[in-house]
Amino acid sequence: MSSAILEISGITKRFGGLTALSDVSFAIPEKSIFGLIGPNGAGKTTLFNVLTGLYIHDEGTFSFRGKPLQDLTPDRIAALGIARTFQNIRLFANLSALENVMIGRHVRTKAGVWGAITRNAATRAEEAGIEKRAHELLTFVGLDARANELAKHLSYGDQRRLEIARALATDPQVLALDEPAAGMNATEKISLRSLLESIRQQGITILLIEHDVKLVMGLCDRIAVLDYGKKIAEGMPSEVQRDPKVIEAYLGAEVAA
Amino acid sequence: MMGTWTRNPQLKWIGFVLIAVALAILPFALAQVGTAWVRITNFAILFVLLSLGLNIVVGFAGLLDLGYIAFYAVGAYIYALLASPHFGLHLPWWMILPIGATVACIFGILLGAPTLKLRGDYLAIVTLGFGEIVRIFMNNLSDPINITNGPKGISTIDSIKLAGLDFGNNTRIGDFVLSGTIKYYFFLLAIMMIVIVINFRLQNSRIGRAWEAIREDEMAARAMGINTTRMKLLAFAMGASFGGVAGGMFSAIQGFISPESFVLNESVMVLAMVVLGGMGNIWGVVLGAVLLSFVPEILRYTVEPAQKAMFGHQIIEAEVLRMLLFGFAMVGMMLYRPAGILPSAVRKRELAKADA
Repeated sequence: MSSAILEISGITKRFGGLTALSDVSFAIPEKSIFGLIGPNGAGKTTLFNVLTGLYIHDEGTFSFRGKPLQDLTPDRIAALGIARTFQNIRLFANLSALENVMIGRHVRTKAGVWGAITRNAATRAEEAGIEKRAHELLTFVGLDARANELAKHLSYGDQRRLEIARALATDPQVLALDEPAAGMNATEKISLRSLLESIRQQGITILLIEHDVKLVMGLCDRIAVLDYGKKIAEGMPSEVQRDPKVIEAYLGAEVAA
Repeated sequence: MMGTWTRNPQLKWIGFVLIAVALAILPFALAQVGTAWVRITNFAILFVLLSLGLNIVVGFAGLLDLGYIAFYAVGAYIYALLASPHFGLHLPWWMILPIGATVACIFGILLGAPTLKLRGDYLAIVTLGFGEIVRIFMNNLSDPINITNGPKGISTIDSIKLAGLDFGNNTRIGDFVLSGTIKYYFFLLAIMMIVIVINFRLQNSRIGRAWEAIREDEMAARAMGINTTRMKLLAFAMGASFGGVAGGMFSAIQGFISPESFVLNESVMVLAMVVLGGMGNIWGVVLGAVLLSFVPEILRYTVEPAQKAMFGHQIIEAEVLRMLLFGFAMVGMMLYRPAGILPSAVRKRELAKADA
């Protein structure tokens, strides 16, 4: 697939005797929303952690825009343009929403110690830019009114959206979201859905782990299904939905009904 | 940025002028009480410098360092070796202080690099060991080549000379005598102002935010593209260079240094200043350093006469009472103000979280 922004091929990750990911391969087309689903413990988050450099995989390769990603640290991956959120929200809880997003700008700005101490024109301009962009992103996810509230005082749904804003602050080309709808109510899910649509419209590819089947089926262009660390199906939502292996492994109870 | 009083610019300027006048008069007023008090003030400022340096490592980046005094030692020895008859070198202070800061900075990186993956208790133990290693080196680098002169230390270190004034001697201007100690006071005060400004600017910068992110959640910080390795090393290096400058000043003021000045107890003392004042809060740290420098001295001068007046003879020695009060202060602080006397807003929230 030539239009793939991210190609995952033959990824295997073992934890001692447990094979968490076994020869997982798929390609994510540029500017698409790609769903990654599977029952609990299927290896979805492990794949995210391997992709974003938190774990080192045992076999296989990732390639991003045709270039292999290997032995890269999380900060290098973020710098290349892959940003993520966490399943168990990892905001900077004691900092304000604005500060959280401003920290996300770190990787795209460069003021060093000298700039910080002298506070020269370039640094002041950069700081103003960071703050402006952070406010824009907060407005984009609908949180600008809460800019000065502490991250930990935000509602669960707002925290999830703040994490997305923080990830967007790194100017990603691929945004990897780990269960963004978890803990959200129906209204929040609807607004999350339109948020993800508008992120895609900006040309950002989204890789989405999600348990909410309705959301995944309605939103994703393509879906890969993991079960026990293996990819058991991949395709358009309608294809995946009909796949007997998927129904057996995961969707059965909900979709067959 | 510096509290609510900055909102009224007029009040802010009046405040600045009052503080400046007070700080300018202070040494002359203290000299009336006794010249020793000016010296004590100078040492208090040295400890403010040390605490502000350690605050970068502990308060901003959240890395517990129990061997901080090593950088003070490095700065002090660099000054002593480059400006004393020991090697016959007499470089001017404005060359030595930057050299001392740079060498201390390199030592900071040397300590930081192998400890990057350690946190909390483990980091504390390794840094504690580092502090001791540096001191033991100073103690033993006298043989076969005599570099540090071992436990005998280095004496007759040059004083600072600036604008025709020798800080080691008194200057007579007509009937007015400006003592060397008072000259050092103003010199230290100037350095302290610079260091405070640098601290504020670092805290409110991209670098300061990155440190804050690392302290809050290192994994999330990395995932947001922060090179945590580089940022932690930077914290160690910055903190160490302030320690190095303070060490150089110590050498110049004392005129004599030996490894005995750089024992673990001093590291603990500086850390206590940072913690008592309020980790991460610059004014809190300054207050902590000033309090812990002055209170023991005040006790030294009041405990004995007070006991003699009351009981006719001394029952408890000032030194013993000092440690007792110190213990009480620490226990009281942990109970009532766990984040310090002037806590940093973020630190206070972090500790509140731990309670919840």
